[in-house]
Amino acid sequence: MVAFWILGVTLIGSAIWCISNTKPVYSVVALLLNFAALAAMYLTLNAEFLAVIQLIVYSGAILILFLFVIALLSSGVAPFLAGPNKLPRIGIPAVALLLIALGFLTYAVNRVTAGTFANATPSSPVGAVGTADVFGSVGDFGKALFTTYLLPFEITALILMVAVIGVILLAGDQAPYVPTKKQAEDVRREMREAILRGGE
Amino acid sequence: MINPMAVPIADYVGLSAVVFFIGVAGVIVRRNPLIMLMSIELMFNAANLLFIAFSRAWLHNAGHIFAFLVITVAAAEAAIGLAIVVTVFRTERFVDVDDIALMKG
Repeated sequence: MVAFWILGVTLIGSAIWCISNTKPVYSVVALLLNFAALAAMYLTLNAEFLAVIQLIVYSGAILILFLFVIALLSSGVAPFLAGPNKLPRIGIPAVALLLIALGFLTYAVNRVTAGTFANATPSSPVGAVGTADVFGSVGDFGKALFTTYLLPFEITALILMVAVIGVILLAGDQAPYVPTKKQAEDVRREMREAILRGGE
Repeated sequence: MINPMAVPIADYVGLSAVVFFIGVAGVIVRRNPLIMLMSIELMFNAANLLFIAFSRAWLHNAGHIFAFLVITVAAAEAAIGLAIVVTVFRTERFVDVDDIALMKG
């Protein structure tokens, strides 16, 4: 119970921090905190295998990919500060309305689900996190994934293959960027004008 | 003997909805493509939290499997999204997300 509130506040706080930062690297750090808190919350929900997957795949792979792209793109110019990053004028009333709607949603779910889960039949024996072959453990998860849910698992493989091919086609084997004479002239003119304007 | 959840499911629904809408706000408000992709990850994670919370409530591991599939799709989405970002920013250095209209026709 206490863990839920601590982790929940961390989740919301780091999510807001993530989207309100002007520097993308700080956003990645906030997102890392968010994912770690979420993994801890998975542990409190008896999903130990998914907690580990969350840390390895999200924090280990996806966030590192974000960091690589930031490092790749922000050398030299800063293209990321372009454009308006401000909250639209309807922002504050929209947030207030949203919070009211969320309150109603929580209340409604509470009413609807009251007593619903008391007679649930467990798909596997329930035990403490960390014991073998109980609900949410690696053995339980693997058995379900490779027997009952084998077809979705294979479709996942297909999705990953499509993603790999797509990424290679998009960003893989391309000639390095060499500006044409006109592009180079444009950049030079832009820089000259910026200097004449007073180097803002 | 089924041990009940310490926290009612409605609290998880509320928390997940808040995180999801923070992600929506990030996509709407920010024009930085990287932050927009991160906001999409936030939304994926909010959905995952609900899958796992309901899985725990029913004590059925179908939700775990689905959360696993969502993580896979999120990884594929991040890879493709970042590849698009890299491709676009490789050729045009001063670009706003609103200006990317290559597919507009």
